[in-house]
Amino acid sequence: MLAYTMRRLMVAFPTMLVIIAVAFFMMRLAPGSPFDTERALSPEIRAQLMSFYGFDKPLYIQFLDYLKGLATFDLGPSLIYKDQTVSEIIGSGFPVSMTIGLAALLLATCVGVPMGLFAALKQNSLPDYSIMAIAMAGICIPSLVTGPILSLVFGVYLGWLPTAGLDLGKMTFETLLLPVVTLSLAQIAIISRLVRSSAVEVLRSNFVRTARAKGLPEHQVLSKHALRAALLPLVSYLGPACAGLITGSVVVETVFQLPGIGKNFVTSALQRDYPVVMAVVVLYAGLIILLNLLADLAYGLLDPKVKYE
Amino acid sequence: MTLLITPEEKAELLEAAVKGRSLWDDAQRRLFRNKAAVGSMVVLGTLTFLAIFGPFFWPHDYETIYNDRVLQGPTWEHLHIFGTDPQGRDLFVRLLYGLRMSLAVGLVATGVSLLIGVIWGATAGYIGGRVDQIMMRIVDVLYALPFIFFVIILMVVFGRNLILIFVAIGAVEWLTMARIVRGQTISLRKKEFVEAAEAAGVTSASIVTRHIVPNVLGPVVVYVTLTIPAVILTESFLSFLGLGVQEPMTSLGNLISIGAREMEIAPWLLIFPATTMMVTLFCFNFIGDGLRDAIDPRDR
Repeated sequence: MLAYTMRRLMVAFPTMLVIIAVAFFMMRLAPGSPFDTERALSPEIRAQLMSFYGFDKPLYIQFLDYLKGLATFDLGPSLIYKDQTVSEIIGSGFPVSMTIGLAALLLATCVGVPMGLFAALKQNSLPDYSIMAIAMAGICIPSLVTGPILSLVFGVYLGWLPTAGLDLGKMTFETLLLPVVTLSLAQIAIISRLVRSSAVEVLRSNFVRTARAKGLPEHQVLSKHALRAALLPLVSYLGPACAGLITGSVVVETVFQLPGIGKNFVTSALQRDYPVVMAVVVLYAGLIILLNLLADLAYGLLDPKVKYE
Repeated sequence: MTLLITPEEKAELLEAAVKGRSLWDDAQRRLFRNKAAVGSMVVLGTLTFLAIFGPFFWPHDYETIYNDRVLQGPTWEHLHIFGTDPQGRDLFVRLLYGLRMSLAVGLVATGVSLLIGVIWGATAGYIGGRVDQIMMRIVDVLYALPFIFFVIILMVVFGRNLILIFVAIGAVEWLTMARIVRGQTISLRKKEFVEAAEAAGVTSASIVTRHIVPNVLGPVVVYVTLTIPAVILTESFLSFLGLGVQEPMTSLGNLISIGAREMEIAPWLLIFPATTMMVTLFCFNFIGDGLRDAIDPRDR
C-alpha cells in the first residue's frame, strides 16, 4: 500500500507540472495584459512595470522562475491589488470556499445516503419513485436557478435570512445557510441516485442472500453486510464530487456575493491577474489530485477485493 | 375450409415470420413503451420546433428595443406574452433565441466530444498495450484538471466567440466518452467476427470504423443524451458569469442571469427562462434514462 501511494504520488508530480504549464502558457499567450488600464501608460512606465515583474524575460525563463517560486511557496505579488501578495488573497478567500464546500459535502452525504438507501429498500414503490423524482429535479435544476430563487424566497419575501454577503466579513450560520443548501442540492441528487443503484445491486447479491439464509435479523443483514458494500461507490465519487463542488462554488459565491476563491478567480482572470489565476488553478488541481488519491486508498481499505500491487 | 390467401400473400407472411427482430427493433419497442421518454420527446420536439421557426412568425425581434415598454409584466398588449426585459425587449422571442442557442451549443459541443471521445477510446482500446496505457494515462491526467477554470481562462483569453464556446465545452466533455468506448472496444476485440476480419487481412483502421464503432453505438448514444444537458448547463454557467454568449445575442444562462438580477421587481424575467431550462434538461435526462433502459435492459 505504501508502494502504491508512492507510485501514485510519482504520477501526481508530472501531472501537476503539466497543469501548471498549460495554465501558465495559456494565460501568457493571450492578448491583453494586466496593465491595460483606462488611461494608456507611457511606454517608459510600461517598460519599467514589465521589467519589475519580469515580463520582459523570455517566456520559458519566466516559467522556470515561477516554478522556483512555487517550490518555496512564494506565489508572487498580485498585479492588480498592489498591497496584497497572492498568498494573502488566497488565504482570505480559501477558508470561505472550504467552509462552504465541506459543509455542502457533509449535508449532501447526510441527506443523500439515507434517501438512496430508503429508496433502494422500497424499490419500485411510491416512496422510491418520489425520491427518484426529487433526485431528478435536483439534477435538472441548476444552482444558478435555485440560488436566486432561495435568496428571493427566504431573503426577500420571508426576510428570515440575509440575501447576500457575510456578516461584517465573518462567516455565521445565517449567512452561510443558503449558499450551502444551494450548493448541496445537486450533490444530494447525485449521491442519492448513486447509493440507490448500488444498494439495489447489493441487496440482490449472493452474500446478502447468504446472510439472510443463515437467519440473521434484517437490521444486521443491512448494517453488517449490505451497507458497507452499498456505500463503496460513494467513496470513489468523492473526487468528482469535490470537483463539482468547486465548480458550483463559483456560481454560489457570485449569487450570494461571498468573498471566496471562486469569485476571486473569475475577477482575476478578467483582469489578467496572472499570479492569482495560477495560484487558484494550482491549489485546486492539487486538491483534486490529493482527494482522488485519498478516495482510492479509502476504497482499498473498505473493499477487501481490491489489492494494491 | 379453404385458405383465402393468394400465393403472393403467403410468401409475404412467410417472410415476415422468418424475419426476426433485431436488437435495435427491440430497443425501439422498449423505448416507445416508456411514457416519460415518449412524453419528453414530444415536448422537446415542440420546443425545438418553436425555437427554430417561432422567431420568423413572431411580431417582435430579439434586438428591437421599445423604450416605452421597459420591464412590462406579461400582457396581451403588443403581444408581450412573457413581458419585456430591462432594455424593453420582448422576452418571449428572446427566450426562443436563447433556447435555440442553448440547444445549438448542446448539440455541437456534444458532437465535438463524441468525435474526440470515440476516436480516442476506440484507438486506445483496439491497439491496446503500451499505446492504450499512455492514452488512458493522458485521460486520467486530464480528469484531474479543474476544467471549468481552464474553460474560464480560455473564454477570457481568446475573447468570447461562439465557436470557441462549442469547442471548449466539447473538449471538456470527451473524457468519459473515451473511457466508455475503450471499455467496450476491449471486450469487442476478443469477439470472433473481429478475429475473422483480422484473419481476412482487413486493415486496423477499417476494422475500427466498420466493426468496432457500430457496435459501441448503444452505450455511446445513451451517454450522448446525458452529455447534451451537461453541456447546456456548462454553457449557462459560463453565460451566468458573463463569459458566454454576448449581448444582444442570448442563451438560457444569459437570460437567467438577467432574471436573477431583476427578480425582486420583475420575477417573470427569472421564472420563464428558468422553467424553459428545467423542462429542457428534464426532457433530455428522461430520454437518456429511457434509452439506457431500452438499450441495456440489465438494470430493470
